[in-house]
Amino acid sequence: MKAALATQPPLPDLEAENPLTVGLERLPVAPTTLVIFGATGDLARRKLLPALYNLAHEGALPERFHLIGVSRKDKRHEDYRVECEEAIRRFSRRTPDDQVLAALLSNVRYIAGTFDDPRVYAKLGSVCEEFERDAGVPLNRAFYLSTAPSFFPVIVEALGHADLAHHEGAEVRLIIEKPFGTTLEGARELNRRVLSIFDEAQVFRIDHYLGKETVQNMLAFRFANGMFEPLWNRNYIDCVQITAAEELGIGSRADYYDSSGALRDLIQNHMLQLLCHVAMEPPVAFKAEEVRNEKVKVLQAIPTPIAGEVQAMSVRAQYTAGHAGGEDVPGYLEEEGVPEGSITETYAALRLEVDNWRWAGVPFYLRTGKRLARKVTEIAVTLKPVPHLAFSEGGSLGVQPNQLVLTLQPNEGVSLRLGAKIPGTRMSIRPVNMEFLYGTAFLSQSPEAYERLITDAMRGDATLFTRNDEVEAQWRICDPIVGTWAVTPGPLPTYEAGSQGPQEALSLLRDGDSWRAI
Amino acid sequence: MSAGEAVWSAQGTTPDAIEAALRELLIERHAENESFVPARVLNMITFVESEWSGEIANRLRGVGRYHASRLLVLSYEPRRERLDARVMIASEGEPGPGELSLLRETVVVEIGDRHLDDLLTIADPLVVTDLPTLLWSPHGHWDLAGELLALSQSVLLDSVEEPIAGDALQRADELSGSAYVVDLAWLRSTPWRERVAATFDPPTLRQELWEITSVTIRHHSDSTVAAMLLVGWLASRLGWRTSPLLARGPALVGEARSGDRDVALRLETAPELQVPGLEGLVVQTASGRRLRLNRGPGGLRARSRDLAGKEHEWTILGASRGETGVLGEGIRQALLRDPTYVPAVRAARAMLA
Repeated sequence: MKAALATQPPLPDLEAENPLTVGLERLPVAPTTLVIFGATGDLARRKLLPALYNLAHEGALPERFHLIGVSRKDKRHEDYRVECEEAIRRFSRRTPDDQVLAALLSNVRYIAGTFDDPRVYAKLGSVCEEFERDAGVPLNRAFYLSTAPSFFPVIVEALGHADLAHHEGAEVRLIIEKPFGTTLEGARELNRRVLSIFDEAQVFRIDHYLGKETVQNMLAFRFANGMFEPLWNRNYIDCVQITAAEELGIGSRADYYDSSGALRDLIQNHMLQLLCHVAMEPPVAFKAEEVRNEKVKVLQAIPTPIAGEVQAMSVRAQYTAGHAGGEDVPGYLEEEGVPEGSITETYAALRLEVDNWRWAGVPFYLRTGKRLARKVTEIAVTLKPVPHLAFSEGGSLGVQPNQLVLTLQPNEGVSLRLGAKIPGTRMSIRPVNMEFLYGTAFLSQSPEAYERLITDAMRGDATLFTRNDEVEAQWRICDPIVGTWAVTPGPLPTYEAGSQGPQEALSLLRDGDSWRAI
Repeated sequence: MSAGEAVWSAQGTTPDAIEAALRELLIERHAENESFVPARVLNMITFVESEWSGEIANRLRGVGRYHASRLLVLSYEPRRERLDARVMIASEGEPGPGELSLLRETVVVEIGDRHLDDLLTIADPLVVTDLPTLLWSPHGHWDLAGELLALSQSVLLDSVEEPIAGDALQRADELSGSAYVVDLAWLRSTPWRERVAATFDPPTLRQELWEITSVTIRHHSDSTVAAMLLVGWLASRLGWRTSPLLARGPALVGEARSGDRDVALRLETAPELQVPGLEGLVVQTASGRRLRLNRGPGGLRARSRDLAGKEHEWTILGASRGETGVLGEGIRQALLRDPTYVPAVRAARAMLA
């Protein structure tokens, strides 16, 4: 008995930190089999496969990594590997290393079939098990839904029926692309069906904006610098303007875009996330639940628009023919694939309020559109004017309120507008900009958003993913606007392609406010 | 002036004149195209022997985007009397509409013995104030270049270039008292450290970190120090009590104590390895588990033996960075901090005592 006790191995301390990860820039990712549903689609080819290659190149994939592509088209593993290679060579941000690429592709399999076919899932299960037998350990499984949204519940339920939603000794995770629902009711129903099979902790809803370095930097900017926080409230801030403007039109995406529109495409997800980053309280820690709790509080503080108010707090419009990028371009209704008489908006602007102690009375202006003057995504925070101007009126016409502009693209950085004296004998003031440009201050190249997000999902870190209540809170704000617009007949207000947007957008602004030039 | 580079040079010049020329060239370049903006990340001071300055320039050219925003090359020729200088401001390329192009500044100052007493006053005006500064003296000469530590927050070195491992570790330890040390020998071992950490990361395996019974490391014949750093890392992270290693033929062998367990250590040369650094690593635990890592095409080749004695083999993906990539990584690391390097150096020193 004594001898038996003496040889008893100590129980593993599951809570002990791994002392070998201290100081490592890349934290270990558990061995994983990643399954991409919609493996031959545009997103997989342009973003996911190149992101996986770049992770492999940097040694950032799990030490045992297998990829399984699932799609309807019938093809052999070898043919799918060739397609993967072509996509990686074409879309990767770096020229692939042949040996790494070959090694990555050797771990790729393909399963053909429709997403409602139980045989697909039976095969999927057996391939996953085969990988595990070979590895000798259970492998985590990550199911990436890169399909049309109508397949999301089909795939989730099929995974459940095939007993693939949980796995003894390993983690199973579900990664869902946007859009997560097209209405509040749709989002709730999708959440209900997903969460009937998976736990919320297993679900990673992608909003790729959150994977961008500059979006994450907003939190560092706000909460790692003592100088802004004392001013970051209704006492000092006059208004906030968030812009996501595109120079391009809808390209070949008429099918998707006409059923979506600018509000669903950008405001409901990306732009409300940016608003949350501007308005949220400091989280206790940079951890998934803490960060997401604070974002949800911001969304909860935005009043649900009521039907009678929608007209006054929102503007929609469509672009007409004009000039962009030095060329004549057609209007939205003339674009290939757009239905005649479509009333889908290509421009949307909102005025929102965040009714809490910090922000009450500060308007948040959001606007997005296709075929505007140029491509820019920025957040402009305008401070209140100084209470008293000591300088002579004649010489101080140029005095303007301070404005802090966080630019997300194309030139990531921060600019602060200050008043400065014009050299000369008079005390004349004019605005000058103090600029910080992200690209000039770091040696590293920012990874693509998908590289960060795929890694985080495989590691089980949900900080940069949208939680179920967050998605529903976003839809609660946008749903009444979508509903009101749907029953309001066209034609829509218009703006010329290549312009600053529709004149009607001015109606959202308070007296004295103006839209920043795009 | 070429499209991509503006150049100024002078003979018998002064640091003030060089600094003025830098300012003028920056204004000129910005006036030429307002999309040209100076990078403001890192100063790097390089103290090189004049006859090898071309080779060092070539190595630094290869680091691409990791080029320091201002590089000051102090090119040393003992008998030189006159201070000569060249300033080059290069752009990354012609920026497209709405794009920026970063300017990178290189200043080469030719110096001799008579300037060594004034090294600090020559270099100080030529680095950008408030940016971190990295010092690199690739040909040694720390007795001369050491004065520049007063300007530097970080030092770049490559311990494998020191012929004797003990001297290399002593140098690294001493320099770490004055500045943050970035050691290329340490950076070459990053993929190996990552993989050992990953192997024992699953909570069910983590306990086995305290049950390691042997570690064998194979290394390039000139890279004993790289193997010492790796075993020093394990020892310092896992709290091993170490004793000096002994030479057994071409190997160093010894033991450490992990709790109440002995850990057998063996560091041996790999004659087949052509590049500096590590060739292989084997870690065994009391349970019978064994992890073997070796260099291989497309990444490290891993082999593990599980508790049932079954062998599994796979490739851990990752591109070779090459020596240029390692140097670039070294420059980037000057902006970061790894708290595990100095404890690894000290543990390694203790094993060579």
